[in-house]
Amino acid sequence: MAARRCLGLWFFLITLCVVSTGADVLHTTPVTGTESSAAGTETVVARELPEAPSDPGEHTAAEPTREGEQNDRTRGGEQTLGQPTREEEQEQEKTREGEQTPAQPTREEEEEEEEQEQTRGEEEFTREEEEEELTREEEELTTEEEELTREEEEQTREEEELTTEEEELTTEEEELTREEEEQTREEEEEQQTTAQQEEQTKRWEATELEEEHVHDAAVPPLAGDPPAADPPSPPPSKDDFQEELVIRPLHSGDIYASFQFRTVWDADFMGDQKVSHYRLFPKSLGQVITKFSVRELHISFTQGYWRTMQWGQPYLPSPPGAELWVWFQDTVTDVDGTWKELTNVLSGIFCASLNFIDSTNTVQPSASFKPLGIGNVTDHSFLRYATLPREIVCTENLTPWKKLLPCGSKAGLSVLLKSEKLFHSTFHSQAVHVRPVCQDPQCRTTSMELRQTLNVVFDLHTSGQGKREWSLFKMFSRTLTEACPLASSSKVYVDVTDNPQGEQFELSPATPLLTQAVVLGDRRTYSVYDLTQQASFGSSRSLNMLLRWKAADGEMLRPLLHSERYVAGYGLQAGEIHTLIYNHHPYRAFPVLLLSAVPWYLRLYIHTLTVSSKGKDNRPSYIHYQPSKDRERPHLLEMLLQLPPNSVTEVTVEFERALLKWTEYTPDPNHGFYVGSSVISALVPSVVAMDTNSTLDRPLFSSFFPCKEEASYFMRVYTEPLLVNLPTPDFSMPYNVICLTCTVVAVGYGSLYNLLTRTFQVDEPSPGLAKRIANVIRRFRGVPLL
Amino acid sequence: MAAPLALLLIVAVTIRAALFRTSLANLISERVEVVSPLNAWKRVVEGLALLDLDISPYSGDVFHETPMVIYLFHFLMDYAEITFMGAGVKFSSLHLVSQFRKQKFALEADRIPMDCLELIRSPTEMYYIPLKVAMFYLLNPFTIVSCVAKCTCGLNNAVIALFILSTMRGSALLSAIFLALATYQSIYPLTLCVPALLYLLQRLYIPVNVRRSSFWFYTLQYLFMFLGSLLVLICLSFFLLGSWDFLPAVYGFILSVPDLTPNIGLFWYFFAEMFDHFRLFFLCVFQINVFFYTLPLSIKLKEHPVFLIFMQIALIAIFKSYPTVGDLSLYMAFLPVWNHLYRFLRNIFLVSCVLLACSALFPVLWHLWIYAGSANSNFYYAITLLFSVAQILLVSDYFYAFLRREHHLTNGLYLKKKDGSEATLVLK
Repeated sequence: MAARRCLGLWFFLITLCVVSTGADVLHTTPVTGTESSAAGTETVVARELPEAPSDPGEHTAAEPTREGEQNDRTRGGEQTLGQPTREEEQEQEKTREGEQTPAQPTREEEEEEEEQEQTRGEEEFTREEEEEELTREEEELTTEEEELTREEEEQTREEEELTTEEEELTTEEEELTREEEEQTREEEEEQQTTAQQEEQTKRWEATELEEEHVHDAAVPPLAGDPPAADPPSPPPSKDDFQEELVIRPLHSGDIYASFQFRTVWDADFMGDQKVSHYRLFPKSLGQVITKFSVRELHISFTQGYWRTMQWGQPYLPSPPGAELWVWFQDTVTDVDGTWKELTNVLSGIFCASLNFIDSTNTVQPSASFKPLGIGNVTDHSFLRYATLPREIVCTENLTPWKKLLPCGSKAGLSVLLKSEKLFHSTFHSQAVHVRPVCQDPQCRTTSMELRQTLNVVFDLHTSGQGKREWSLFKMFSRTLTEACPLASSSKVYVDVTDNPQGEQFELSPATPLLTQAVVLGDRRTYSVYDLTQQASFGSSRSLNMLLRWKAADGEMLRPLLHSERYVAGYGLQAGEIHTLIYNHHPYRAFPVLLLSAVPWYLRLYIHTLTVSSKGKDNRPSYIHYQPSKDRERPHLLEMLLQLPPNSVTEVTVEFERALLKWTEYTPDPNHGFYVGSSVISALVPSVVAMDTNSTLDRPLFSSFFPCKEEASYFMRVYTEPLLVNLPTPDFSMPYNVICLTCTVVAVGYGSLYNLLTRTFQVDEPSPGLAKRIANVIRRFRGVPLL
Repeated sequence: MAAPLALLLIVAVTIRAALFRTSLANLISERVEVVSPLNAWKRVVEGLALLDLDISPYSGDVFHETPMVIYLFHFLMDYAEITFMGAGVKFSSLHLVSQFRKQKFALEADRIPMDCLELIRSPTEMYYIPLKVAMFYLLNPFTIVSCVAKCTCGLNNAVIALFILSTMRGSALLSAIFLALATYQSIYPLTLCVPALLYLLQRLYIPVNVRRSSFWFYTLQYLFMFLGSLLVLICLSFFLLGSWDFLPAVYGFILSVPDLTPNIGLFWYFFAEMFDHFRLFFLCVFQINVFFYTLPLSIKLKEHPVFLIFMQIALIAIFKSYPTVGDLSLYMAFLPVWNHLYRFLRNIFLVSCVLLACSALFPVLWHLWIYAGSANSNFYYAITLLFSVAQILLVSDYFYAFLRREHHLTNGLYLKKKDGSEATLVLK
């Protein structure tokens, strides 16, 4: 509460941070001297610099043992981080500046790279330790997921995990101290800001102040709090915004761009105090989280299917359509009611049909979805998971998504997000992940992390007109001119792992920075463009990376885990769902969790479930099955399977198609009904660990035991959604059917009624009318009657 | 008598055993005409699988058998085929004995007639009736496919046969127990309570008279036995299962018809095409329709409870919510008992042709709709309609013939008009 009193002051501070540009917070080495246009050609390999790893929340349980030592080291050198490095770099830069020309990478540069290659072998060990630390958000997610899965699957390792968690916390502390340093530094640099940026910050400031007034009026000061105007009190809840773009050229000639925007706010949504003042964190989302007591929220909208075999693994997997999974806090009593309300509200926020999520497509997975943030929740009654495989993602979903960003689509990386290009792609996925993360080392308080991601794959033929040449402009029809002024870090990464000598493709402008990261079990090298440095934009004041392929087709490392799913059988009566899970690892078996939620109108027969790999029966060690209820809830099938090395595991289950009421069909019933993707969650042995030849260029003492930190990583694979036809009644004739059936019942009723109420009598035909008249006349005449 | 019966049994068992071994068994067990969601063997196996996974079989919407059945098969799983065959055979042999009793009943009619000796069945005719009944049941293709599909309605039929047998033998307690068992399995046999009571009263020469205390005493006694055993059964299933889940899953499922899988009955398409706000109304109408005929029929046929049983079973088979051909075969087995009505049947030829044609057309139109995609649901629906109409005609024809025979028994066979010319009988 005390913190909140001093927001006014805090804003000025923030403004200063924002305005200044040289905010190199995290891992890559800064190239200062932004005035120099020649800096663009520099290749400063980050690992050679003494800068210590820094990114705090990022590394977690994945690197258990060695990281400990390393963290110690980090902490030792922590105090001297900021300035010395910068000076060193400046020196380096000066020495190289004269040698090289700005236009394109020269032979010299290549030679230099080769030199670096040679030194790499010697420095392998050091690099491994330190470079690991430089990994970015992708890794963080992976490792944290891994940590969580480990909780369920490998309870024996729990002790280890606790220690690593502590490590994580300590590194977060580092972040805090560094941020403070940064702020002071940035205050000094304030003078250099441009007029335009000033304008922008002013605008932000104005709105913030306005909000603050409202806030002050609404919330009476609590006892013991310092008065609001007290200037020297520490800054209140801090928030931080980072943005980045990763570009990975795919071997198929397509290109994969992955945006991530991360807002961390040191506000406690879980506590009793009401959060009512918002700065970078979107208010609409914050209010929803507070109102519905949401612990974690993950929502993704995807158009297209990620082709694992062609493209490798995505940084953040998502199933086609919409996916929503939420962990509620354990204070929620009516989880189903809250879930219903939440989906309706989110439906409004994201302009999506999330309101179609109801009990018939919501499940409570018991093992597959563990919280990704802090908190060791095991009671899955607070978890809800739903997919809408039919959801079509388009502009109307992108606009509200962009509105959640602090810079909107005005500045920073988000200027690239123009719908006319984004949706002209083979794969488009946008997601919002909200989760609590630790704020301080002891984890006494939590921060809320909002991560907005957008992944897009541009097709070689439709977007690239068949030319293996990509540029930012070609992809997004925009170029980058500035970072988001509110962002503490803004970077563009290009995956150049397969291109160490530039033989696969050519990247221009060349970047001075390289970084390495272990992503999805593979060590990748990235070129980094730091948008907070003016040098990145070169003389044209805009950054338009150009990727020109030289070789036609490269070899891609086959993903270790991928899966296929299809419906077998013919006719509309029954069928079989086949799920094939491939383990391409040559010698290691690993367990996977398979989750499939099947709608009730496909009646699964669990006794027909067969799991076989390599022609043998492979009994799942854990099965959680929840049968469906008609019109109430879907089937939920979760299994823990052990995949033998280099094998295909086939899971089949038979189902029967139900005939629905005519009002239950979609408007296009013969299109079929979608069944959401199955989810395969796995701890996959790392590719790095798989490399048996690594003993060659490694110090011998490091290579006897398989290196543990990279031994396995968490991965989630979504299978294809299924499209299943159901038998349909004739929609045009409800009246006819009602009439005809009622007629048949009436025939039965009538004939029985007839027999029941009447008796047999001899038929004495009554005389006809003519006869009767004749008789009357005869009576008059006195003649005998007829 | 014993030799032909043994031969018949051997033939019947051989046919079933042979069919069990062929690939036809799988095909048959998937047929919607043969199995319904209520009694499909696949669903029983599913229920057992769920039980093995420690999930209540009633937590899902696949299993709708009563708890007794699931525990029965829990122990008999390996002998399932034998059980079904046994049920079939048991049925026939039991029926056989019951028919001996019926003979006596029919012979009593001898005293009444005047000049219509040809209406009375000769003892030799009567002698072969039990064999014919057994044959009609065991060799009926409907029974055979139903047995090969391991449809649990075979068990229900056996229970109903036991009930009829014990009623014919006059043992009120057994009759009440078996009736309770049949009611517990599927609600509809509840209506058989009335004919059983009438038969037992008739046996004891207690007139059906509301003023007589002996009538009330016996009725209450029988009802008490019936309801008591029903209660015991339901409580037993509660203790077996530990919850009341089975009540909505079994009886709620039968009465509210949530599963619209096509079958030979009238419900599925009607409620698939029904407007939502009329659904409850028509549901009530259709379910009441099954029970509705009990009262008027028992008033009309209070002298003839055996025929009343036949009528009730037939009406249940036609109007129940998930009928299968197994239900059909049960009342068809009774037809040889009424072979003396043959001369009064008006459209038996037409009806049998329609029934045969429909039986052939069911698989054809199903194939066209579900597999070939060249027909739609209306085709199959039309056949189910026709099949139902044919059954209704058959039953009402037998009812008509029975009433007419009764009329002739009292009034003579060759009726004359006042003027001496040959009279025609009409219903008035």
